Amino acid sequence: MSNSKIIKLRKGLNIKLEGDAEKIFIKNPLSETYAIKPTDFRAVIPKLDVQVNDEVLAGTPLFHDKNNPKINFVSPVSGRIEKINRGERRRIIEIIIRADKEIKYEQFEKIELDKITKSDLTNSLLKAGLWTFIRQKPFNIIANPDDEPKAIFISGFDSSPLAPDYDFILHDEKKSFQKGIDVLSKLVADKIHLGVNARFPISKLYSQLKRVEIHEFLGPHPAGNVGVQIHHINPINKGEKVWFVNPQDVVTIGRFIENGVYDASKIVALCGSEVLKSRYYKIINGASIKNIIKDNTTQNKLRFISGNVLTGTRITTNGYIGFYDSQITVIPEGDQYRFMGWATPGFKKYSNSRTFLSSLIPRKKYKLDANLNGEERAFVVSGQYEKVFPMNIFPVFLLKAILANDIEKMEKLGIYEVCEEDFALCEFVCSSKIKVQSIISRGIDMMIKETN
Amino acid sequence: MKLLRKYIDKIKPSFQEGGKYEKLQSTFEAFEAFLFVPNKTSQAGTHIHDAIDMKRTMAIVVFALLPATLFGIYNIGYQHFVSLNEIHTVDFWQIFCFGFIEFFPLVVVSYVVGLTIEFASAQIRGHKVNEGYLVTGMLIPLIMPVDVPLWMLAVATAFAVILGKEVFGGTGMNIFNPALVARAFIFFSYPSKMSGSSVWIADKPDAFSGATPLSNIALGDLNIPDFHDLFFGFIPGSVGETSTFCVLIGALILLITGIASFRIMFSVFLGAYLMSLVVNFTNINFYSQIPAYEQLLLGGFAFGAVFMATDPVTASQTNTGKYIYGFFIGLLAILIRVVNPAYPEGMMFAILIMNMFAPLIDHYVVQANIKKRLKRQIL
Repeated sequence: MSNSKIIKLRKGLNIKLEGDAEKIFIKNPLSETYAIKPTDFRAVIPKLDVQVNDEVLAGTPLFHDKNNPKINFVSPVSGRIEKINRGERRRIIEIIIRADKEIKYEQFEKIELDKITKSDLTNSLLKAGLWTFIRQKPFNIIANPDDEPKAIFISGFDSSPLAPDYDFILHDEKKSFQKGIDVLSKLVADKIHLGVNARFPISKLYSQLKRVEIHEFLGPHPAGNVGVQIHHINPINKGEKVWFVNPQDVVTIGRFIENGVYDASKIVALCGSEVLKSRYYKIINGASIKNIIKDNTTQNKLRFISGNVLTGTRITTNGYIGFYDSQITVIPEGDQYRFMGWATPGFKKYSNSRTFLSSLIPRKKYKLDANLNGEERAFVVSGQYEKVFPMNIFPVFLLKAILANDIEKMEKLGIYEVCEEDFALCEFVCSSKIKVQSIISRGIDMMIKETN
Repeated sequence: MKLLRKYIDKIKPSFQEGGKYEKLQSTFEAFEAFLFVPNKTSQAGTHIHDAIDMKRTMAIVVFALLPATLFGIYNIGYQHFVSLNEIHTVDFWQIFCFGFIEFFPLVVVSYVVGLTIEFASAQIRGHKVNEGYLVTGMLIPLIMPVDVPLWMLAVATAFAVILGKEVFGGTGMNIFNPALVARAFIFFSYPSKMSGSSVWIADKPDAFSGATPLSNIALGDLNIPDFHDLFFGFIPGSVGETSTFCVLIGALILLITGIASFRIMFSVFLGAYLMSLVVNFTNINFYSQIPAYEQLLLGGFAFGAVFMATDPVTASQTNTGKYIYGFFIGLLAILIRVVNPAYPEGMMFAILIMNMFAPLIDHYVVQANIKKRLKRQIL
C-alpha cells in the first residue's frame, strides 16, 4: 500500500434515514426470475441475440450494443427466456429469464493473466459480458474497449443514504478482489486509484491490495461518489477518459478469471424505514425483489427503489434489481396532502436549511417519504447547491448552460466531470424543487450526441 | 381539515381547463397550495426531498420582518403624538392603534394591487403563482413614508411588479429589487412625497418639523438624536426602517435560519463602515463628520442591508461575488449620502446600482473558474 494523505471534503450532506441494514447475511431461496434491463446502460442501443423460449446458460449473450457490437450483455443465470417487455416505440425494457433450479454456466477459456496480451484479455471480457462492468467518465457509459483511459478509479465505499457497507460485503472476497484488480491493471497503463473512507480504519482487504494507489476521503456524502473522488485526485479535462468499476463488480471480474464462468452473484442491502428487518441478502444480479421483500415490509403505501433514495430507480414489488445497484430501499410513498404543511414548526421534518425546529432539536434518524414537499419554482435561492456540492464547479451556472443548450459553455463549466449522482444532493436540498438530475441527464445526452 | 379538503376536491374541477372558472386556475391553485402542501410525489430524480420549499422560505422572511413592522406601526403613532405634544397623555394601545390604522391601508393596497397582477400574469403564462410577492408586498409599505397617498402607492406597486419583475419573466428573473423599484418610482415621479419634512409623520401639525435626522443634517442641523433613539428607532422615517434594533432581530432570524446570505449582510456593513471612516478624514460637508457607527444607524441603511441587499434573485449568486456585491453596496450608500447631500438616503440607489452590476460580478467570478479549468488542461 502506498502512502496516502487524507482528502478532506467539507461540503455535502449525510441524510440520516431510518432503516440501516443490520450486518447479518440472509440466505434466501433464490429468485425464480431474473431480468436484464437495457435501460440500465446509458447510450446503449440493444440488438437482441435471443428470442422468447430460448434456453440460455449463465454467460450466454442476450443482446449486444448496436453501436459497438463487441459489447455483449449476457444472462446472469441459466434458464429459459420467458418474456421480452417492450415500451414505447418497441424499445426493449426488460428481458426476463426464468431460472433453472441448478444454474449451469457457459464455460469460457481459462485465462492465465501473466501470459495473456491486453487485446486477448479485452476480447475475453467482452465475450463473457464482463466488459459491461467497466464504465467511463465522462458520461457514465460503458467503456469503449478501443480507448486508452488515463486511469482507472474505484470508490471503495458508498456514502449515500442507507448505503451498504462494502467492508462487510467484501469481507470474504479478498482473493477475487485482488484478481479483479490484476485484470484491470493489465488494461490501463497508468494507475488504479482506490478511494477509501477515512472515517474508519482501512479494511485489511483494501490495505493489503497490490497494484492500487489508495486515497483516503473524509467528509459527508457525496465523498463516496467516484466522480467526486476523480475530481480531487485527477480531474477530467476535455478529450480525456477515465474508467471506473464498482467494488462488487471487481470481484465478479476476479471470479471470472479464477473459474472461467460468469458468476454474477452479489450482495445487496435491503433497507429503508418501511422494511421490518433490514439485512444483507446474497443474490444473483438482476434478481426479482419479490422473495426478498415478502412479509418483510409494512402495510403502508410504499415505494420500492433499486439503489439509494437519491439516485435509485423506482421498481414494482415484482421488479428487478438494477445492473449496477447494491441496495434496495423501501420508503413510504407519502402522496397525501398536508394542511398548512409549510407553516408547521417541523419537529419531525428533515431539512438541510435551518428553517424547521428540527434543526434545534435534531432527531437521530428521520423517516422521509417521496412527497416533493412543495411545488416547482424558478431558481430563487442562491448558494444552496454549493453547500452540498464538493467540486470546484458552479452548479447553477452549469445547469443554466444546459437549459440554454449552450454546449461550449457546458464544456467550459465542467460537464465532463459531473454525472447525475453528483447533483443528487442539490436536487434534494432545492427549495425550488427543480429536477436537477434530469437537467444534467439532458446535458450529458447532448454531449454524447455532440462528441460522437 | 378533512371537510375542507373534501370541499376543495369538489370545487376543483370547475377551476381546471374547460371548467366554469378556468380563468382563475392559477389563483385557485395558489390558494389550494397555500392551504395544503400538494400530494405530489417525486417522479424522477431523487426520491426524497428536503422539507423546505419556496413558501417556507418566504414565510421566514416575512416572519423576520415582523419586529420591524410592529415597531414601525408603534412609531407611526409615537411620532404623531409627539408632534402634537400629546405623547404623555396617551397609552400604549392608543399609540399602536393609531399607527395600525395609518399603516394597514398601505399593506392592503400593496398586496391587493401586487397579487392581482401576479395572479393575472401567472394565468396568462400558464405558470404557478410564485411566492416572491409575499415578501415584496410587505417590503413596499415598510420603505414608504407613512403619508404616501394610496393611489400613488398603487401606481408604484403596479409599476414595480409589471416593469420591475414580470417583463423580465417573473420571480427569479428580475434584475432589480421590485420593492426598491416601487420606491424609486415614487422618488422620481412624486419627489415631494418621498422627501422633505412633511411626509414622515402622520397628521402632524404644520408647525412641527418632521424631517428625518438625515435630512436635518443637510440643513446644517447636526443635532442628531441620541444613540438610544437612533438605535431603537424613535425617529421619523420610512415605516420599517427606523429601528436598527428591530432590523437586527430580523437579521438574526434570517442568519440563524440561513435564509439570507451572511456574506452579503456582513460585507454591506463592512463596506459602509470602512467608507464612513474614510470620509471622516475629509471635510466635504456635515455628513462626512458623522461618526462611522452612527452612519450605520441612520436612514434606511440597516433595513436595506438586511432585507433588500440580501434578495437572492437580484444579488450576486456566487459566494465570492456576494462579498464584492455587498461591499460595494455599503461603500456606495455612504458615498452617495456624503457626496450628494441633496439625496442623503443613498441606500436605495446603492442597492439598485449593484443589482445592475451583480451579473457582471458573477460573470467574472465564473470566468476565473473557467480559466482555471483551461489552465489545468494545458499542464
